[in-house]
Amino acid sequence: MTALVIAEHNNQILNAATLNAAAAAARLSGGFDVLVAGHNCGAVATQAAAIAGVGKVLVADAAQYAHALAENLAPLVVSIAGGYSHLLTASTANGKNAMPRIAAMLDVAQLSDIIGVVSDDTFVRPIYAGNVLATVQSTDRIKAITVRTTGFDAIAATGGTGTIENIAVQADAGLSTFVSEELTKSSRPELAAADIIVSGGRGVGSAENFAIIEKLADLLGAAVGASRAAVDAGYVPNDYQVGQTGKCVAPTLYVAVGISGAIQHLAGMKDSKVIVAINKDEEAPIFQVADYGLVGDLFKEVPALCEALAK
Amino acid sequence: MKILVAVKRAIDYNVKARPKADGSGVELANVKMAMNPFDEIAVEEAIRLQEAGKAGEIVAVSIGPAASQETLRTAMAMGADRGVLVQTDDEVQPLAVAKLLKAIVEREQPGMVILGKQAIDDDSNQTGQMLAGLLGWAQGTFACNVAPEGDSLAVKREVDGGLQSIKLKMPAVVTADLRLNEPRYVKLPNIMKAKKKPLDTLTPAELGVDITPRLKLLKVAEPPARAGGVKVADVQELVAKLRNEAKVI
Amino acid sequence: MERESMEFDVVIVGGGPSGLACAIRLRQLAAERGQDLSVCLIEKGSEIGAHILSGAVMEPRALNELLPDWAALGAPLNTAVKDDRFMFLTESRAVRLPTPPQMENHGNYIVSLGNVCRWLGTQAEGLGVDIYPGFAAAEVLFNDDGSVKGVATGDMGRSKDGSEGPNFAPGMELHARQTIFAEGCRGSLTKQLFERYKLRDGVDPQVYGIGIKELWEVKPEHHHLGQVTHTIGWPMNTQTYGGSWEYHLEGNLVSIGFVVGLNYSNPWISPFEEMQRFKTHPAVRETFAGARRVSYGARAISAGGFQSIPKLSFPGGVLIGDTAGFLNLPKIKGSHTAMKSGMTAAEAVFELLAAGEIAGNEAVDYPHRLRNTWLWDELYRVRNIKPSFHWGLWPAVAYSAVDTYLFRGKAPWTFHHHPDHESLKPAAQCPRIEYPKPDGVLTFDRLSSVFLSNTNHEEDQPCHLTLRDASVPTRLNLPVYEGPEQRYCPAGVYEYVGEGAGRQLQINAQNCVHCKTCDIKDPSQNINWVTPEGGGGPNYPNM
Repeated sequence: MTALVIAEHNNQILNAATLNAAAAAARLSGGFDVLVAGHNCGAVATQAAAIAGVGKVLVADAAQYAHALAENLAPLVVSIAGGYSHLLTASTANGKNAMPRIAAMLDVAQLSDIIGVVSDDTFVRPIYAGNVLATVQSTDRIKAITVRTTGFDAIAATGGTGTIENIAVQADAGLSTFVSEELTKSSRPELAAADIIVSGGRGVGSAENFAIIEKLADLLGAAVGASRAAVDAGYVPNDYQVGQTGKCVAPTLYVAVGISGAIQHLAGMKDSKVIVAINKDEEAPIFQVADYGLVGDLFKEVPALCEALAK
Repeated sequence: MKILVAVKRAIDYNVKARPKADGSGVELANVKMAMNPFDEIAVEEAIRLQEAGKAGEIVAVSIGPAASQETLRTAMAMGADRGVLVQTDDEVQPLAVAKLLKAIVEREQPGMVILGKQAIDDDSNQTGQMLAGLLGWAQGTFACNVAPEGDSLAVKREVDGGLQSIKLKMPAVVTADLRLNEPRYVKLPNIMKAKKKPLDTLTPAELGVDITPRLKLLKVAEPPARAGGVKVADVQELVAKLRNEAKVI
Repeated sequence: MERESMEFDVVIVGGGPSGLACAIRLRQLAAERGQDLSVCLIEKGSEIGAHILSGAVMEPRALNELLPDWAALGAPLNTAVKDDRFMFLTESRAVRLPTPPQMENHGNYIVSLGNVCRWLGTQAEGLGVDIYPGFAAAEVLFNDDGSVKGVATGDMGRSKDGSEGPNFAPGMELHARQTIFAEGCRGSLTKQLFERYKLRDGVDPQVYGIGIKELWEVKPEHHHLGQVTHTIGWPMNTQTYGGSWEYHLEGNLVSIGFVVGLNYSNPWISPFEEMQRFKTHPAVRETFAGARRVSYGARAISAGGFQSIPKLSFPGGVLIGDTAGFLNLPKIKGSHTAMKSGMTAAEAVFELLAAGEIAGNEAVDYPHRLRNTWLWDELYRVRNIKPSFHWGLWPAVAYSAVDTYLFRGKAPWTFHHHPDHESLKPAAQCPRIEYPKPDGVLTFDRLSSVFLSNTNHEEDQPCHLTLRDASVPTRLNLPVYEGPEQRYCPAGVYEYVGEGAGRQLQINAQNCVHCKTCDIKDPSQNINWVTPEGGGGPNYPNM
């Protein structure tokens, strides 16, 4: 049977995370459809129809779907779920908010944050902050799944020939209303939710020198993090600390500057998709986990990197 | 308004979990357990609402083995008024937890349920949403600010790339995110007092809930060690790789 | 802010074997006599057992006396010692020696002392002891007459600079008719009591060792349940006191550890790296092929024995367990003596309190009672063995044989100890030691080891490793001793950072595993270990 991917979008643009969720759906045996629930979201439906391998694109266009509120999205999904073997969404804030509600209404379990598909009913997901990987089998008729985006390379956004189909909308549940959204555009994103993180370690040398880390972060639109050693040395406040006891992060890009790579730190960022390390010590353990390592003096390399990025 | 807070006994956040040698599960023998940190934030929020005169009785609920009593005592030492333990030694998955909590909600009739957004053991992030779905209530997940306003609830939520404000019809379910508050330290005399607060024990059967697991754990393993990549010669090569190969900037 | 206070009959500081045995004995006596006696035990670790680290082979003698039906009560003494081996190592060979009588372990058990304490904690709670883990006794309180009034727990929520943070909660005063200090080796409050009541006058200085332990899960084919091995020799030179243990306990676990006497003189010595190097010995490493290291930790032990036992009672309180120093070094066991001292103190304190108000309020009967127990005799007989190592390994082994077999421990003389912190020689006078690099499979660096101790301290709190004089590290320790704290600390707490004249001591307090070595070995006693926020420190599982 077919899987249904719930699209993540802002009514105009399909969020790229949907392509990661679709990639997981494509590993299943029955093909996949996409649900676009939104308001004036025709453009998103068109984009969804272009996803490589998509079957149908189901569109529910009504004001109550404008902000993906779970109280309205869930009954809609439940109304069409009977025809599907799997329901998938990316592990975004919206996906994590809605999918368990849907699963409960269908009386099925949910598999959260999967990073691997073993078979149609068996999946791999991280538990214990990523320190353990569990292989889990679902016995339910419908598998409700959220997909960790860094676990699956995005499926092609073009080349698909999905057929767009409008579906019946459900009345507003009247339980919740959207008030406002403040997206942090100018100021730096939160460490835990950032897509890119630039972290400084003991090698940065002082609180003042952290300005060069911040400059690089701002150029990349990144959050600023720090190693335990840098926090202990008093360069930055403790809420910057990346690591098991501080925060575990899993951004798309993690840039470690002047960080030797003590295990506490590695444990906190090893789930990042791409790791870059800049360190003058060629033997620093951070290079053992970095996808791209640059051996050099950070006070020379980081400004040069800023310059290259600004171009 | 009565508030129900759900608390889970989980591995202490300082302890590194490791799979058992045979891959059948995670080694938990003689490992330090504590209240799930997000649930601590949930308890703290309930107490702050009570202290602000916006909540009445606070009832803490836990589901698990007899040792979960300790977790309830901690919640009561923080300030919860009484505890309810749904005692079972069986595995209870989020859907079953939500069903048990629904049964407790039907008994207790709270105006709000607050839970941690996820437990740091199974990292499911499901129970609050499932409970709201089963009850047909509104849900304010990943909350960083909660403000009751008459018969509605204003919730500020941590969403990708920012904050979202929503208004919920009461009663509602709220799940606590890290920035909602910083839980207080438990004081010694309050631990003593908590020993005397009422604690009721129920069973899933008494609540008429089937807790049969729906998910089967086939195996656990340590994640594969990350392999090192390449060394780049200079900044230009790095930028080129990030743009064209990794496609992350 | 005013501190609140609570009143108890007895407050016990520390939830190790001695404190728990004492608490249990007190409540047993109260029950036997039909009296009520409130007993409160506080423990700085996040739970009972969290800070307990030991080999451990346990002699059940004290436990048999305290809780004779311990087996039925589910005590985790699961692995009886089957095989005792004593070896001398050279760099490439292992020579089996006859096992000295003190090291014979027939009837003993290989245990996790942490788990034994967890179990004792449950027994104590069952008997009505109020146990509060996560609360550190930070201060001794005194009555106007100079006697101990109790202790105060540490403040919680102070910021790094000492100011009160948003969640600040002041410590609590715990007042007691008798306060029992069971802090373990080198207790931070005991240190103050030594001075205040001159408890060490007329006795030898305490001397110490540092024990570093790893717990491994080994392949079943390398596991020999119940096997106990001790070694002396390599990698220690004959002038440095040290040796290893390797115990095979249930669950395919192997406890391996190394003890180095803290009276070593070469500041280049790194006990941590000696332990790592030790594991590479051909007779040792095969056990760990394909194995997984699951835990790591370190703790100082008191090694002075009989000559170093301080005065044990003072107005308002007593010292029990390793904070007083009852370890039997040749036996390398201290949990049975710790428990026995706690039980004996309990009896004396109970009688004192039962007698009502007594002038001085001092349990003077406790040391008297202790002298009539097996503990005293046991420690007396081995008193000359550790100090004989002052002559080097082989003369000491020869002397120990004579002392043990000929005099049966009753030689008509007693050797004396010298303080450990005075033994370091300037680095320039000592051969530099180059340790091999860790391979990440059998041998490791400090930080990946500390990671397995599950240690943590809330970052935003005053540093609990205090310096009496902040200039000493760069004025004395670095120029003369090449910063020995970088090497004797097994947790990577002390680091000299910067270059040339700008080198400074960086204290990574978060990493501390509460072993107390720095407080002992710092050459000018400039480092003062104080309790951090309660609940901080290691979270040892099964150690």
